[in-house]
Amino acid sequence: MNTALSPAASAQADAFTLTLDGAEVSAYPGETLWQVAKRAGETIPHLCFKDAPGYRPDGNCRACMVEVEGERTLAASCLREAKPGMVVKSATSERARISREGVMELLIADQPDRDDSPDRSSHFWAMADQLAIDATAVKERLPSREARSEPTVHHVVAREGSLTHDTTHSAMNVNLDACIECNLCVRACREVQVNDVIGLANRGAASKIVFDFDDPMGDSTCVACGECVQACPTGALMPATLIDEQGHGDSKVADKTVDSVCPYCGVGCQLTYHVKNDEILFVEGRDGPSNQNRLCVKGRFGFDYPRHPSRLTVPLIRREGVPKGIDPDFDPAKPLSHFREASWDEALDLAAKGLVDLKKAHGPDALAGFGSAKCSNEEAWLFQKLVRTGFGSNHVDHCTRLCHASSVAALMECIGSGAVTASFMQAQEADVVILTGCNPTVNHPVAATFFKQAAKRGTKLIIIDPRGQAMGAYAHKALRFTPGSDVSLFNAMLNVIVTEELYNQEYIDAHTEGFEALKAHVRDLTPEAMAESCGVSAEAIREVAREYAKADKAMIFWGMGISQHTHGTDNARCLISLALACGHTGRPGTGLHPLRGQNNVQGASDAGLIPMVMPDYQPVSDAQVRSAFEELWNTKLDDKPGLTVVEIMEAIHDGTIRGMYIQGENPAMSDPDLSHARAALAKLEHLVVQDLFVTETAQFADVILPASAWPEKDGTVTNTNRQVQMGRQAMPLPGDAKPDWWIIQEVAKRFGLPWNYQHPRDVFAEMTRGMPSLDHISWERLEREDSVTYPCPADDAPGADVVFSDAFPTASGRAKFSPTLPLPPDEPIDADYPTVLTTGRQLEHWHTGSMTRRARVLDDLEPEAVASLAPSELRRLGVQPGDPLTITTRRGEITLRTRADSLMPEGMVFVPFCYAEAAANILTNPALDPFGKIPEFKYAACRLSKAAAREAVSP
Amino acid sequence: MNENAHLLASDGDGFILDPEDLRAIEHERAHYEQPQAACIEALKIVQRRHGWVPDGAIVAIAETLGIGPAEVEGVATFYSLIFRQPVGRHVILICDSSSCFLVGYDTLREALSSHLGIGFGQTTADDRFTLLPVCCLGACDGGPALMIDDDTYGPVAAEDVAALLEDYP
Repeated sequence: MNTALSPAASAQADAFTLTLDGAEVSAYPGETLWQVAKRAGETIPHLCFKDAPGYRPDGNCRACMVEVEGERTLAASCLREAKPGMVVKSATSERARISREGVMELLIADQPDRDDSPDRSSHFWAMADQLAIDATAVKERLPSREARSEPTVHHVVAREGSLTHDTTHSAMNVNLDACIECNLCVRACREVQVNDVIGLANRGAASKIVFDFDDPMGDSTCVACGECVQACPTGALMPATLIDEQGHGDSKVADKTVDSVCPYCGVGCQLTYHVKNDEILFVEGRDGPSNQNRLCVKGRFGFDYPRHPSRLTVPLIRREGVPKGIDPDFDPAKPLSHFREASWDEALDLAAKGLVDLKKAHGPDALAGFGSAKCSNEEAWLFQKLVRTGFGSNHVDHCTRLCHASSVAALMECIGSGAVTASFMQAQEADVVILTGCNPTVNHPVAATFFKQAAKRGTKLIIIDPRGQAMGAYAHKALRFTPGSDVSLFNAMLNVIVTEELYNQEYIDAHTEGFEALKAHVRDLTPEAMAESCGVSAEAIREVAREYAKADKAMIFWGMGISQHTHGTDNARCLISLALACGHTGRPGTGLHPLRGQNNVQGASDAGLIPMVMPDYQPVSDAQVRSAFEELWNTKLDDKPGLTVVEIMEAIHDGTIRGMYIQGENPAMSDPDLSHARAALAKLEHLVVQDLFVTETAQFADVILPASAWPEKDGTVTNTNRQVQMGRQAMPLPGDAKPDWWIIQEVAKRFGLPWNYQHPRDVFAEMTRGMPSLDHISWERLEREDSVTYPCPADDAPGADVVFSDAFPTASGRAKFSPTLPLPPDEPIDADYPTVLTTGRQLEHWHTGSMTRRARVLDDLEPEAVASLAPSELRRLGVQPGDPLTITTRRGEITLRTRADSLMPEGMVFVPFCYAEAAANILTNPALDPFGKIPEFKYAACRLSKAAAREAVSP
Repeated sequence: MNENAHLLASDGDGFILDPEDLRAIEHERAHYEQPQAACIEALKIVQRRHGWVPDGAIVAIAETLGIGPAEVEGVATFYSLIFRQPVGRHVILICDSSSCFLVGYDTLREALSSHLGIGFGQTTADDRFTLLPVCCLGACDGGPALMIDDDTYGPVAAEDVAALLEDYP
C-alpha cells in the first residue's frame, strides 16, 4: 500500500496497550477492538463487518460482541475504538459467546438449509462453523419464518415485478431468502463504488434489499461492478456462474486461485482468478494499490472471451485466390472458408519468409510492425526489438498513437517525462480536481470510485467537457464548452491566472522556464474574448481558474477528449502550463495525470513500441542512445525515426511499406477513416497477424498466428499510476495457440536473430539493463510484491507515488511553459455537415470489441451499436429512441440505433467504436496532430438522417 | 451515482419539481451538514403538494440533494406517513394503539369501514378518502381518536362518523 496515504506510520509512535483475554496487547489510536484482536491473532466472528479498505463498520449484526470490563452491556468490537488500559474479554467471555451464538442461531433459523443455499461455503456458514453451531439442531429447535413478510404498513404494497429470487441479470443472481440485511451490499454500492443502486427499503420484518425502486436487478440502473457480490457474506448475491439450476451454489469449488491483473483498462486492478478444470469460474478483486479490491463489470465478469467458440487454436494460411478484405459472409468461428490450417513450422516459415523477402527486395523501409498495448511489457520489448534489429528500421508503433501520443509529446517537451506525475489515488488528498476530456465512470470505472469518494469528502471536482457525465452529480462546477474550443478555454484560464496574479512566483522561479513568454502570450486571450467561441460565460471561466489557482493542492486529470484532436498536443501543453503556473505538481495531492487507456499502454510505450524513441523514451536520433542499445543487442540500429500508425497506412498507399507484422492490434477497426485504412491493409503484399481471433484486421492477413490471452500467460504490465504489476497464468492455452513472446521469438529466429529466451523473466532481466526506469524492480521482486511503482529508489523501498518534487528530468532540471494558439478543429461543422460526431468507449466494451463482444455477460449487457443523442436532438430529427439513424461524413456512412441521452449536448452525436457492424471509424477524420501524430477521433463534421425502415439494423 | 443513473431519470414519469418546492428543499438542505438529513423534509414538501410521492419525485429529490435515489427510497419507504402510492384527497388515520383499543377503536373502525366501503390501505372509488391505521396519535386522553389530514378528533363515536366526514369534501 502507499505509505504516503497510510496513517499507520505516524500512529505507530502513539501505540498503547490494553488487555485482551488476559494478555497485554498493543493498539494504535483509531483502531477498533476487532482490529486489535486480529493483530493479536484472533478473528472475532463478524457478519455485517468486512475487513477491507473502504468498508465502514456498521455494528448492526451483533455477531462480534465483546465484554469490556466496567461496562454493563456488551460492545460491538467492529465499532468500539480501543483505549489505553481497556480490559476486554472476547474468546474468554461466556456472555459474549452466548450472545454471538444467539445471533447466529436466529439467523440460521431463517436461512435456507446449507445444502440448499446459494453458497454453502459462504462467510456466514464459515462463521457458524467457527462458533461450532449445529445448524440442523438449531433449525429443529427454532421456527423459521414462513416466507419473507409482506410489507406490514398497509399503504406500502410490494411493487409489481418485485422479486425474491432474481435471475434477471446475466452476471449475478439474487436470492433474498439468504439475505440477513447486514447492509454490506448497500455500503458496497453506495459508499465503496458510489454507484447508488442498492438500497434497504421498507421497515421491520418487511425490510428488503432493493435495486432502485425494487426493480428486478437486470432492469435496474446497476452497472454490474459486482462489488455487492464480493461483499455479501451469505451468497444472497452471487456470481451467476456459481449457481446451478436449482439455485444452489458454492464459492469454494475452485481447484486453484491465481493472482493476476485485469486485462482491460489502464487502472490496473489486481484480481484473483478462481479456476476449475482449467476454466475461470469467477473473478474477485484483490487489494492492489490502484483498486483496493474493487473491479468494474469488465474485469469481474468479462473473463470468458478466451474460450469463445471463435478462438483461434491453430495457425492459419490464406487460401489461394481468396481476396483480402472484410467479407460480410465471413464467420470468424468458421475461418476455413477463407483460410487453411497449417503447422506452426509452415506458418512461421511462411510468415517470416514473406517479410524477409520484402526486406531483401526493397530494403528495411518496406516493413513495419504494430505491437500491442494489451500484451505484456516483455512482449512489447521483444516486438520492438524484432522490428529494430530484425526488420532493421524504427517503423514500430502501437495504439498509444491513437490515444495519448499527443499528451506524451507535450509532457516530454515540457517536463521531460511521459508518465503521470502522481497516481490517481492522490486525488483523495487534493482540494480541487479538474477532470477534462475524460469520462472516468465509463473508461476508468475503478478510478472513478475514488474520485467520487473524494468529492463526497469535500474535494471540489471541476468537470470541463462538452458532454455531461455521471460524475457530474458530484461536481462542484462543470464547464460544458463548445466542442473543439478547448485551447481557447484553457488559455483564457491562463489569462485569468496571469492578470489576477494568481500564479505561484516562488514555484515558477525555482522550477520552470519561459513563464514571461507565456505571460505575454496569453495577455490578449481574455475570458471575455474567448467566451463566445467556448460557449461558456467569462465569469464561469474566471471562477474555475481562480479555484484551481487558489487551491492549496490541485490535480488535473485528462483523457482522450484532450488528446484526440489535431490540437491535442496544444491541449496538453495548456494543462501543463496551468499546473506549472500554480505550482500544482510535485507535492501530495497535486499533479498532472493523463488517464491511460489500455492495461499496458504505459508499459508498451515505456518498452519502446514507439517509432521515434527507444525504450524509456530515449530518442533514436541520439547517437549515444543508439550505441548503448547497439551494445546491449549487439547489432547496428537505424538512426532514422520510424513512421507512426496513420503514417504507415499512408506509406502503404504510397507503395513504400509492403509488408507488416501486426500483433494484437486491430487497425481495421481502430484507425480513422477505415475505408482508407482497410484499403491500405488490402494492398499489403504480405501481412502477418498474431491475435486471439480472426479480427477485422486478420481478415486481411496472409498468415494468422494464434496467440495467448492474458489469463494464459505470465508477464508484467504497467498501469496509469506507473505501477509495474505481475500477471500470472491461470489457464492453459487452447489447442495449438502459443504465448506471444514465443511466437515473436520464432519469427525473430527466422530473421536470423540468435534469440533464446526461455521465459518472460529472461526478457524482463534484459529490459532492466536497457531501461533505467526499472531500476530496483526485478522479476523476483514483482513475484513477491505483485506491484512496484517506478521510479523506485532502492530494492527494499516503495516507488514514488508523486514525482518531480525537486527537479524535472530535463537538461536544466526545469519544466518549460509552451504557449499555444487556439486552432479550430480540422473539419469544422458547416451547412452540409452541421453536427459534431464524437467517438469513444462504452463501460461494457473494450476498444474494437474483439474481446468484450466475445464475453457473454458484456455482450449481453450492450449487444448492439447505438448512437447517443440529446432527447431534443432526436425530437428535432423526428427519430424515436431505438429507431435507426444514418450518420454520414465526408468519408462514409453508418446506420445504427439511437439512444436518448440527456447528458449529450445538442448538435452532437456520440458513437462507440467497438461495433464492427456499424464501425464508427468509417466516419472519423484522419487529420493528425502535427506533434503527437494522433488523429482527430473526437471531432468530425457529420450529417444525421432518419434511416428508412428497410435499412434498420438487424437485431 | 453511476453511468446508468441518468437513464432512470429520463425514463421516469416526467415528474418535475415545482420551483417553489425546489427552493424549499434547497432551503432545508442548507440547514444540515449532510444532505441526507434534509431527506424527510424534502419528501414532506413533495407530498404536501401532490398528496403522495411518485418515483419521479424520488429521483428529483435525489438529484437536488446530491444523493442516490436508492437512499431517498429507503427513507421514503421507512416512514409510514410518506405515501409511495396515490391516496385519496383526505387521509384518515385511526389510532389502533392500546388506550384507544380499550375504549372502542374496534367499533369506530367498523363504522368508518362500512360507511366508506373500504378497508385499511384502500381508497374510496371517488378518490376522496384513504383509510389507514396509525400506532398512536398522542391523544390517549380522548380515545378512540382519529386524524383527518391535519385535524385530530377524539373521542369519536361511531354515530358521529358520517357528520364528521362531511367537512372533508
